[in-house]
Amino acid sequence: MASVNVNQNNFRQEVLESAKPVLLDFWASWCGPCRMVLPLVEQIAEERPDIKVCKINVDEQPELAAQFNVMSIPTLVVLEGGKELQRASGARPKDAIEAMLP
Amino acid sequence: MENRFDMIIIGGGPGGYSAALYAARSGLKTLVLEKFSAGGQLGQTHWIDNYPGFPEGIDGFTLAQQMQSQAHRFGAETRYEQVIRLELQAQPKRVHTAKQTYLAKTVVFATGANARPLGLAGEEALIGRGVGYCAACDGMFYKGKTVVVVGGGNTAASDALLLSRVAEKVILVHRRDTLRATKVYHSPLLNAPNVQFRWDSEVVALQGQERLTGVTVKNLKTGGIEEISCQGLFVSIGRLPNSALAEGQLTLDDGGYIQTDGTPQTEIAGVYAVGDVRNTPLRQVVTAVADGALAVHQAEFYLSQQES
Repeated sequence: MASVNVNQNNFRQEVLESAKPVLLDFWASWCGPCRMVLPLVEQIAEERPDIKVCKINVDEQPELAAQFNVMSIPTLVVLEGGKELQRASGARPKDAIEAMLP
Repeated sequence: MENRFDMIIIGGGPGGYSAALYAARSGLKTLVLEKFSAGGQLGQTHWIDNYPGFPEGIDGFTLAQQMQSQAHRFGAETRYEQVIRLELQAQPKRVHTAKQTYLAKTVVFATGANARPLGLAGEEALIGRGVGYCAACDGMFYKGKTVVVVGGGNTAASDALLLSRVAEKVILVHRRDTLRATKVYHSPLLNAPNVQFRWDSEVVALQGQERLTGVTVKNLKTGGIEEISCQGLFVSIGRLPNSALAEGQLTLDDGGYIQTDGTPQTEIAGVYAVGDVRNTPLRQVVTAVADGALAVHQAEFYLSQQES
């Protein structure tokens, strides 16, 4: 399944009300470590039908970044039923990202 | 999967892909083992202005990707696996990853370095919650806030300068009484109205549980302790080489860098160290790529001797 770009309009539906656990990736186009992580979360989106991968561009969605207290990018957050289960900041290998997932 | 190579390069930064490019062009069967993404520190560098050939500069991530594609064009291969153990004295040398064991006639350490942490209690837990090592990445989140920068070198100075344009107040804490940074940074920093200095001082403790709320700063000359309320802390106190894989097989110097003879040649024949991980007077993209080419030149000589 392809990843979903999240903004303020679809945040509730795509993230909070998602039937599946969500892997949320906060990123920006100018951030090198974020660009390292992006292809990895895209791969996870394709390989894991049980997980929904959502991306939030912090430049375009500063309110959502602030709502999640994101102070560093990339930040990865795993949510289930709208509740935060895991959080990690900084680029990391794919297996470390997978280890965050339920 | 084929697991025998003429050259295995550990790490996909500029030194690693320069070695891969030269090795592949020389007809060596070449593998780069990278733990997650091409580029290393280069890939995380916002902008590179001192790598020749890019008059307007280039972002580090793109440059790293291009280095990788260039090496791949000549047949070098990359596999995304983390190396966990090496047998450098074996013939051929053995490179163990979490997935399998590779055999290599020559091995190149291109493992680079990472930002050195302060080593304080709670530091790791506060990463991304106020504590950061990359002001270019995270500076924008500190608009209108108070930020402490630790260090006195070029990275600390450029971080402090960058942050002074965003944050309300920047406090630079340095253990000496003057900046070690290149002169170009001195006057803009000293003249910035919202930058303060704590000379001869160290950050000795971090405050905050869920997120950073302040730091404790100690003056090394007077012993005086000061609590500074801040939302951000950027640490720029140098680098820590990724040389753990070499421990016990190659000599490391006091800083943990792999000892070489002034070129990429290490103590073991057929084993090379390039870029930031080796003892070298300058750690730049341009010196790392030079090392990569030189290592391949030395490896070719070694391989020709082995065959004869």
